[in-house]
Amino acid sequence: MRILVTGVTGRLGQLVARRLLESGHELIGIDRRPWDDAPAGIEMHSVDLRKRAAEDVFRKSHPQVVVHMATVTHLIERSEERYRINLGGTRVVFENARACGAEHVIFVGRHTYYGAAADSPLYHKEEEPPMAMTAFPELADLVAADLYACTALWRYPELCTTVLRMVYTLGPTGQGTLATFIRGPHVPTVLGFDPLFHFMHEEDVAAAICLSIERRIRGVYNVSGPQPVPLSVLIRATGRTQVPLPELLFRAALGRFGLPRLPPGALTHIKFPIVVDSAAFRAATGFQHQIDEAGAMGEYRDAFPAL
Amino acid sequence: MSLLIDPAIAARVDRVELPFNRFGVDPYGVSKKHVAQFMTLLHYLYHHYFTVGLVGIEHVPARGRGMLVGNHSGGVAVDGAMVLASCFFDRDPPRLGQAMAEKFIARFPFASLWSNRTGQFTGLPEQAAHLLDDERLLVVFPEGARGTAKLYSDRNSLVHFGSGFVRLAMKTQTPIIPFGFVGGGEAVPTIANAYGLGKLLGVPYVPITPWLAPVPLPVRVELTYGEPMMFSGTGNEEDEVINGYVDQVKQRIGELMKEGQRRKSGEALARPRGTEEWA
Repeated sequence: MRILVTGVTGRLGQLVARRLLESGHELIGIDRRPWDDAPAGIEMHSVDLRKRAAEDVFRKSHPQVVVHMATVTHLIERSEERYRINLGGTRVVFENARACGAEHVIFVGRHTYYGAAADSPLYHKEEEPPMAMTAFPELADLVAADLYACTALWRYPELCTTVLRMVYTLGPTGQGTLATFIRGPHVPTVLGFDPLFHFMHEEDVAAAICLSIERRIRGVYNVSGPQPVPLSVLIRATGRTQVPLPELLFRAALGRFGLPRLPPGALTHIKFPIVVDSAAFRAATGFQHQIDEAGAMGEYRDAFPAL
Repeated sequence: MSLLIDPAIAARVDRVELPFNRFGVDPYGVSKKHVAQFMTLLHYLYHHYFTVGLVGIEHVPARGRGMLVGNHSGGVAVDGAMVLASCFFDRDPPRLGQAMAEKFIARFPFASLWSNRTGQFTGLPEQAAHLLDDERLLVVFPEGARGTAKLYSDRNSLVHFGSGFVRLAMKTQTPIIPFGFVGGGEAVPTIANAYGLGKLLGVPYVPITPWLAPVPLPVRVELTYGEPMMFSGTGNEEDEVINGYVDQVKQRIGELMKEGQRRKSGEALARPRGTEEWA
């Protein structure tokens, strides 16, 4: 199949691209960032997704499948810019995919869509509404992009739309929100709280995305691998040191003393869990993770030992 | 092993049939270490501090889903704690009861951590359904916070029962095991509930005892389980149908409380607590 991947230069995009090439697919990549050692089989276009040039790529390459991974999840980007990239980018992907006659679009979203709160249940199911915005307004653009992608299910019934809500990624490339949060040797936590963190190995994440292409599943799916673990266990198993801080001190200390910088809303995600139920995805695709929670944490620890 | 864990209890936790991973954590974040510490504390309360009369523990299913449904007997959660202890210490293999907790608990530091690590989650319908689908043992108090707020004089009464538990039991085909608990009101004789102070602290209310603080007295309590009750249906029936089932359960719980009261007043002797294994 001819498959177009947006955001292909990201670590996850690269893993997906390599897997798809290995399975014999033709690959077109779009990313603002260059991919210097891109494999020979991939047709790279260094264009901005939201510009005219990207539209041309869609039109000329006629992909059958579009995998949309060009979303910004790290919170360094200013929020208006994030909004433009995440929501605006998702919109043009669907419009371009439809215009060029693509059969299948996959939106790669995040499980943080559900939001963390004291009174939210473990194991969210797909039908639950997003609760992220009240506690964590910085995530509004990702929630909006997810919901926008979902509207394609009824707006374009002829197009197979897949919305994936992936748990955190952890693995030797050290990319992703969670991996960045625990990068330093000391990881701050909120005293008296120890939420579960749901994550899966980056290779399993890539495998799950490829599987949803092969199986051409339609609808909204949570994607997870092994069971979640408490933050304290995650910190210990990755060789870090936990620094429990009372909530008031926590805000003041972030970004100082070598602790990671986080927006204020992220605090709820360090106090309360987001755990998803991926039974529907497993049933639809037969997906089984290859690397368990201990393996993912071990590989991260070996790649990024705490100094 | 931590100082606060009794090794015999840790060994018993090993026999709890939950899918713990190599870190000793199950898919809901229930941690062996925390359960062992919690049960070490409950062991003291269950076998030494309170005198617990127990009848009908064989009705608690050894495996598979189940919903223990009973009354609040006033004061703080002495009733819930003794139910959890009975399932752990007097059932073989030991079982971990998972009570459906009040929402405010998860907002507090430490309370949030301990309730989650010991499997006592906020009582949300989605949470309860997921736990039952995973063949867990739920502990439900359909009276809710209205029940814990009972004053001393109301300790052996039943207030309004919610109906969600019956619908959930029917939907998930779960047996309801009714229980009656007597003695919590004597342990924490509440003369008033300070709702204003509770609001200030972020809890529903603070029970006031004659000695002010809600510290329980070492009294005799009676816990009586009845035969499982199954209601067939989808859980989407009309309110009248469901309320009929709720009343059946409520009535049965009332009978079981009466049995407990009779034993407590010495008409019948319950199996003595503090047996050789746990003395």
